[in-house]
Amino acid sequence: MDRWAEPPGCAQDMNIIAVGISHKTAPIEVREKLAVPESRLGEALRRLCAYPGIKEGVLLSTCNRVEVYAVVEDVDAGYARVQEFLADTHLSLSSEQLTPHLYWLTNERAIGHLFRVAASLDSMIVGEPQILGQLKDAFEAALTHKTSSVILNKLVKKAISVAKRVRTETKIAETAVSVSYAAVELAKKIFSNLSEKTVLLVGAGEMAKLAAKHLVKNGVRRVMITTRNPQGALDLAEQFNGVSIPFDDFRREMAEADIVLCSTGASHYLIRAEDVQQAVRRRMNRPIFLIDISVPRNIEPAVKDIDNAFLFDIDDLETRVEQNLEERRREAAKAEHMIEEEVGGILDWLKSLDVTPTIVALRKRAEEIKQAEVDKAMGRLGDLSPQERSAVEGLASAIVNKMLHGSLVTLKAEANSASSAMFVEAAKRFYNLDSVPSERGETMPAVSEPDLEREPSGQDR
Amino acid sequence: MPVMFFMATMVLYLVGTALFLAYLLRRTEALSKVSLVITGIGFLAHTVALLTRMMGVDHVPLPSIHEAMSFFSWALVLVFLIVEVRHRIHVLGSFILPLALISLLSAAALPKEVPTLEPVLKTVWLHVTLSVLGTVGFAVAFVAGIMYLIQDGLLKSKRFNVLYAKLPPLDYLDRLNQQSIVMGFPLLTLGIITGALSAEFARGSYLNWNPEQLWALVTWVFYFAVLLGRLTVGWRAKRAAYLTIIGFAGVILTFLGVVLKGHGPVG
Repeated sequence: MDRWAEPPGCAQDMNIIAVGISHKTAPIEVREKLAVPESRLGEALRRLCAYPGIKEGVLLSTCNRVEVYAVVEDVDAGYARVQEFLADTHLSLSSEQLTPHLYWLTNERAIGHLFRVAASLDSMIVGEPQILGQLKDAFEAALTHKTSSVILNKLVKKAISVAKRVRTETKIAETAVSVSYAAVELAKKIFSNLSEKTVLLVGAGEMAKLAAKHLVKNGVRRVMITTRNPQGALDLAEQFNGVSIPFDDFRREMAEADIVLCSTGASHYLIRAEDVQQAVRRRMNRPIFLIDISVPRNIEPAVKDIDNAFLFDIDDLETRVEQNLEERRREAAKAEHMIEEEVGGILDWLKSLDVTPTIVALRKRAEEIKQAEVDKAMGRLGDLSPQERSAVEGLASAIVNKMLHGSLVTLKAEANSASSAMFVEAAKRFYNLDSVPSERGETMPAVSEPDLEREPSGQDR
Repeated sequence: MPVMFFMATMVLYLVGTALFLAYLLRRTEALSKVSLVITGIGFLAHTVALLTRMMGVDHVPLPSIHEAMSFFSWALVLVFLIVEVRHRIHVLGSFILPLALISLLSAAALPKEVPTLEPVLKTVWLHVTLSVLGTVGFAVAFVAGIMYLIQDGLLKSKRFNVLYAKLPPLDYLDRLNQQSIVMGFPLLTLGIITGALSAEFARGSYLNWNPEQLWALVTWVFYFAVLLGRLTVGWRAKRAAYLTIIGFAGVILTFLGVVLKGHGPVG
């Protein structure tokens, strides 16, 4: 009787488990050992599903997490198998070493975790879009190696659609959460159409280059570059399809630029207030947006008092990022709510899954009995007219169908109740169905993935 | 009949204003749709009110201040709806609707009848219509100027609040400011010309140097300078915002002068 006392949603012979480590539970030293490169994913999946009792498996391996989602018969045995599997991925790892970093989740909580991971709620940067692509890759690998079947197919596809819902219905991924992207976000509050704007890149600092790249991606067509080393400017000009200008002249050229990105190693102010004042005058008061990503600063702070010049330094950008992260955390709370709902929906599906094969088996069994008895009767009755034959067959069908009707209706009605497992068990015993092979694999069509095309990833990270 | 629609318009604009102001302070976009729908219905009611009054039994020979103000409010909402449809700048409603409401409320408070002292001329209608439309241009420029200064201030002080998130980019606001004046100025010019012609017919002189006419000319010169300054010496961005705010303040003073003196037709 104990098995019926399990929480709703777990059929007695199938459980969904999630076992893994993430940036929240394990340092990079452990994560990098467990990580499975794409080239070895197939081999790892085969090894995982070779363990007895593991019916389906998906392996998600990114730089922030390594997780196994599996369908198992027995939860504890499943945990042990998966832990063994994880420990085996690296020679120097023992199962015991792994234990303190692992989390083990079953059914409802495992599904919720999968959804949260897909929706990027469990990410280091909440809302970052990459994880969804990584999950899709992991799923495709599992499909290719046939380690994912009905249940995980449904779960992962649901996770992907939940993630999309979270992204469209909350503002979780809307705001910039990197310094270089925050620069783009600010530029868009000054200029409505970046494609007619010119950016001047002063120096070759990494962050400024990244910001310039983002600006180009967001429409900026004209890039001017200046560095102390003329060759460096030429190289960058080629990279950005822009023009290099001599370092000594750039202050004069600055009037041409709508956006100035400054990041050099200089220890003094390269751009002084009077340079900007002059540029603004020559621009006939068109706004100029200056971003100083250098430490020490390269643009004189007094520039902020000049009308129509907007200066932001690294601290300003970081403040902006911090605010945006705060906003994302607020939105994450909304997303959690959505996920709760969706997990409820998927649990219902899992429950019905268990009733369906029983109904199929029951019908099949009845049909077999009917056919056998009809054949026997026909043999004894000898020659019959077609009308008589069909009358006999009709009689048999009517009796069987009327007999089954109540049971089928009850099974369907109880599919979503907490006691569905009990009814299924009763039906199996009453009709002696255990000899009938499970039809579970056929209750779902083979996977087709119209919704699996890759999404462009929105921002850096 | 027109009165009923006029009252309905007032109620709808009042609700629209309240909703748009609430929208401005809320983090989400949730209220934008309902605010827009209410404003749209209000605009339809307003249109019906104006049409029925023009064609109705209480048709007046000369446009009163009441009509001018009501028409001003109507045209202002029309401009907002056009910009909204084209650029989806909901937040503009939070600034324009209060202005439209105020002018509609003052229209309600002002006398509907006009003392017909002078021969009735069709050109007076034209004069009033053109002048009001020109003023609508300046009003939109004024609103764009205020929004510009707010966004400029928020960017300068690095206060990235709800308002910052909702206001459009600076150069959009500057362009809106420019286009409003580019459209409003020729209309005002034509309004003044038709006004002068009407005056000539009525009194035999183009200009009799009364204070309203003087102010109208000062306004015209001011906006001419604003427009010229932008094109030649770069009076754009922050300066343009300040200038158009000052200019519209002048327009309001002219209007108040006309109202307080109890004159009938505008100009």
